[in-house]
Amino acid sequence: MSIFKLACQEIIRRKMNFLLGLLSITLAAAIISHSLVSLATHDLRTEEIISDKEEETRIRMAKLEDDYRIIMKKMGFNLLIVPEDQNLADLYADDFASSFMPESYVETLATCGQVSIRHLLPSIQKKMEWPEYRRTVILTGTRGEVPLAHADPKEPMQNPVAPGEIILGYELHRSLNLKVGDSIKFNGSNFTISECYSERGNKDDITVWIELAAAQKMLNKPGEINAILALKCMCAPDQLADLRQEIGSILPGTTLIEKGSRIITRAEARRRAKAEALAAIASEKNTRLQLRSEMEQFNAVLLPVVLAGCGLLIAFLFWTNVRERKSEIGILRAIGVDTKKIMSLFVFRALIMGLIGGIAGLAAGALAGSGFFMPGHILFLQVVGTAVFLALAGAWIPSYAGISRDPAQVLVED
Amino acid sequence: MSNSEVLVLDRLYKSYVKENQRIKAVENFSIKLNPGEITAVCGPSGCGKTSLLLLAGGLLTPDSGRVLADGTNIVELNPNGKARWRSTYCGFVFQQYHLVPYLTVYENMLASELALGHDKNRRKKADDLCDLLGLNDRKKHFPGELSAGEKQRVALARALFTTPAVLLADEITGNLDDPNTDLVLKLLRDYSGRGGSVLLVTHDSKAADAADRIVFMEKGKMISG
Repeated sequence: MSIFKLACQEIIRRKMNFLLGLLSITLAAAIISHSLVSLATHDLRTEEIISDKEEETRIRMAKLEDDYRIIMKKMGFNLLIVPEDQNLADLYADDFASSFMPESYVETLATCGQVSIRHLLPSIQKKMEWPEYRRTVILTGTRGEVPLAHADPKEPMQNPVAPGEIILGYELHRSLNLKVGDSIKFNGSNFTISECYSERGNKDDITVWIELAAAQKMLNKPGEINAILALKCMCAPDQLADLRQEIGSILPGTTLIEKGSRIITRAEARRRAKAEALAAIASEKNTRLQLRSEMEQFNAVLLPVVLAGCGLLIAFLFWTNVRERKSEIGILRAIGVDTKKIMSLFVFRALIMGLIGGIAGLAAGALAGSGFFMPGHILFLQVVGTAVFLALAGAWIPSYAGISRDPAQVLVED
Repeated sequence: MSNSEVLVLDRLYKSYVKENQRIKAVENFSIKLNPGEITAVCGPSGCGKTSLLLLAGGLLTPDSGRVLADGTNIVELNPNGKARWRSTYCGFVFQQYHLVPYLTVYENMLASELALGHDKNRRKKADDLCDLLGLNDRKKHFPGELSAGEKQRVALARALFTTPAVLLADEITGNLDDPNTDLVLKLLRDYSGRGGSVLLVTHDSKAADAADRIVFMEKGKMISG
């Protein structure tokens, strides 16, 4: 005869009391398990959702990046190469450079093999008075596009102005009533109007174009230019720094300015799209966190109520069990079994109840919480440990009170 | 205490407070129990017989007086010490049997193993007791399936299982018919014949007649014996 056997026999004998206790523990463990599993499942689902969204964003951004790269590659953008000492405030205010650099730079660039640069337009510009007509004009000396040594010859983006010819902006030829073929005097030199541009709505409307050499001579800047305009360059805006560094090493004393605002806008749009995607992920995370917080709040109310209710029911069931067994307790004490061993009968009963109820509740809660969720050892310990603790806590006081009763009184009463 | 005495109750006093009144259950009671002797304590209901029996077994603590067994005053032992002493030295049998309802006859007999631990020799003793008490065919039965006489025999077997020096029996024939009473008294005589000492509390004259010595009690006091 052992305590284990005695406890097992008693459980088998008084099934109903034990099953009620077991049911109570199972229910409590199932609710605890369900709460914890729901939170764990929620966390897993959150991870999945966020991970999916991040992956989706990553793919979308990669596609966007690729699209922009293709668009930019096809579209190209414009760069302005100006002397390094050019005051940029003046450049932006006047819309043309006022410092000078050697005209030979354009040949250097055209023959250096730099593949991102496609069309090179050297020019010299200066705002001046057109003395013959008392008009302020922008004199632009140009030699047309300089062919690149490494590229196939293409139709030039801009044709040179022939010597002795002049091109007038819209406002000039309109207000002075000049037309193609007219002979005019500009700053003391004779020119024939070869072209009159239509309205552009910018400084071009008050610009005069002549051959570069003539302009250099007129401005007393032989062999010098203000700027080289590089058109349809093929690189992404975020590679501008690299291109700037490269051009800087080819043409020392120059600086590079990006003039394609549409591309910058598109890059900005892409940046914003990325930011919005990240904000959407953050918002999803926030929503999931809020949902989790609400679940935790609900659990914070539900669990103590369930645990207290279950604890009280266990205590009641053990109290009735102890009452039913008072004669047994008395006789065991009369035949010399000490109180620790008798107490261990009840502890063992509670332990069995807690273990079976805890495991059953864990399984039931896990199934109800997620359909199928394989509980980890931490969850197992949390739920089964709580169930065992609950059973022991509920059993302790009535059991202790029962075995502390005077055995003589118990035996005499019966 | 001489070497021949199994148990000595020395000037025992025990009183209870009931409804603000002190009731003297046992008053200045002294007796020596000898081996091989059945001592019957008789008296009317409420005279303190059962209290005396519980004092003798260390289940009640007297207000004063001593219970000496092998030179040890049982009264001074702590509850677990008393339990250990009971497990080896004395056996209890009650009128209400107090069998554990979910254990079989055989398991009830072995209940003392909870205190003493498992021992193969004792198992043989249990088998012998089953033979002796005519319980062989009832070994696997539960108390609920037994007659009153069988239950009392099981209770007696459980008490004798540890071969106690003294058997404390409280109205053990109270619920039995004549044949069963005769059988139980015969078993007590057999036990005392083997050197055991019996303190039998009874108001059954037939049981008292089976005793070697009869002590009368009234209002907690020994009035003759």
